[in-house]
Amino acid sequence: MAFDIYDFTSLTSSIHEGLATFLPPVGVLVAEWLLVGISVLLFVAVFGLILVYLERKVCALFQQRLGPMRVGKWGLLQTVADFIKLLMKELITPNKADKFLYNLAPFIVIIVTFMAIAAIPFAKGLQAIDFDIGVLYVSAVASLGVIGILLAGWSSNNKYSLIGAMRSGAQIISYELSVGLSLITMIILAGSMQISEIIQAQSTGWFIFTGHIPAIIAFIVFLIAGTAETNRGPFDLAEAESELTAGFHTEYSGIKFAFFFLAEYVNLFIVSAMATVLFLGGWMPFHVGSFEGFNAVMDFVPPIFWFFGKVMFVIFVIMWFKWTFPRLRIDQILTLEWKYLLPINLLNILLMTLIVLMGWHF
Amino acid sequence: MNNELMFFMLSAVILVFSVLTVTTRKILRAAVYLLFVLVATAGLYFQLNYNFLAAVQLTVYAGGIVVLIIFSILLTSHISERAPIASAARAALAALVTVAGAILTLITVMQFTFRPAGIPPISPNVKNVGRALVSYGTDGYALPFEAISILLLAAMIGAIVVARKESNNQSTK
Repeated sequence: MAFDIYDFTSLTSSIHEGLATFLPPVGVLVAEWLLVGISVLLFVAVFGLILVYLERKVCALFQQRLGPMRVGKWGLLQTVADFIKLLMKELITPNKADKFLYNLAPFIVIIVTFMAIAAIPFAKGLQAIDFDIGVLYVSAVASLGVIGILLAGWSSNNKYSLIGAMRSGAQIISYELSVGLSLITMIILAGSMQISEIIQAQSTGWFIFTGHIPAIIAFIVFLIAGTAETNRGPFDLAEAESELTAGFHTEYSGIKFAFFFLAEYVNLFIVSAMATVLFLGGWMPFHVGSFEGFNAVMDFVPPIFWFFGKVMFVIFVIMWFKWTFPRLRIDQILTLEWKYLLPINLLNILLMTLIVLMGWHF
Repeated sequence: MNNELMFFMLSAVILVFSVLTVTTRKILRAAVYLLFVLVATAGLYFQLNYNFLAAVQLTVYAGGIVVLIIFSILLTSHISERAPIASAARAALAALVTVAGAILTLITVMQFTFRPAGIPPISPNVKNVGRALVSYGTDGYALPFEAISILLLAAMIGAIVVARKESNNQSTK
């Protein structure tokens, strides 16, 4: 089986051909569904656990603590132990809850993250689906996650859950606008919504450098709005522990709580991956103009490491936000979105259009 | 064959959840079943390789309209509420109208001869969609686009006027 760490196209096509030799077309389709499904499932579970561990370590770093240290070397197995504990907990359903919706809500939240991951490019050729409207697809699918949160809050039959869900809903719907508009700004520069083409267009330089001023503004807006989209601090008033116990997932326990918990971290990954794809060149190595030697050295690092390196950087910045800024009130959150981010975004789109039309980008 | 498999799965989802949407007595469940119908319809568009329409279906219907419906249900109804069972006369009337509508649709579909489109297909990429949206020639959608924009603007102003707080001297009374 051909394997090339720089280009996964040969690997995926050889898997496809290998399956086709001993399976009928329908069998190939089902086998590939299963393969992609299992890969995504494993990725969500393992990467979610890594992110939870990272979050606790980053939090500890900012608070001058050590964080988890007891379970395994440097506490590396802490989140695994936590997860096993969660799996063994009793599943509680509140009295008079809408049982069907109560059980459905965590699945909606986690399935939506799976659907979005399908379009994320991990390396060249390592992408489940490469739509011609990839960016629109990811933002469309990501907008479904809020439904799970609203249903969870309502079906729990608990006033804290309901208040948390309403806050979360209002916040996600507002900030979706900013995420969408900053994506549009970058689509103007890229001239395409296909994720592979967007990355290919950045082979000579990442968009944050080639698009200079409007791209940097769009990047900042995207980071702020993306943080709000994932309900993370400083925008975490939907689950404000001190006033709402835990917001929309107050009543959930065991594996259903774990679904919400994992989905939150996987959404963090999706936001960071989209930031990486649109602003930081996806899996493209860092190239500087015509420095051939330097570019060759950069090409030596496999794309998958570039991708995860950049994603980890963005994730670290978003975690930095959470442990640095105090929580915003609901009116401050809505003011920030509607009175500042939205007008800035609209002007920024005009600026980007002007720059692309005049050819002032690199 | 592969496409047929997907088509039958998606059609089954659409049929089952369409029926459930109108037969459930809990209003929020009806909204969730409607969500499944809309998402499965988006799946059909993906099967037709019409990715742009599918993504718009997901954003506007599933992510927009259903979220609005759920929001309004959350604000207005209580978890224990059940829709009353319709009276026999109403149920009979509804069944009659439904059957008549189904027959009318079937006759229309059966009588229509489907031909492959004569014009070459246009790739729905960003450039073509954008160009079609703002051009005013024979293939342009500038007028509908502007008309819908005015309608939306009017709706937004209307919503603000309805939701706005009364001015200070009235609210202090």
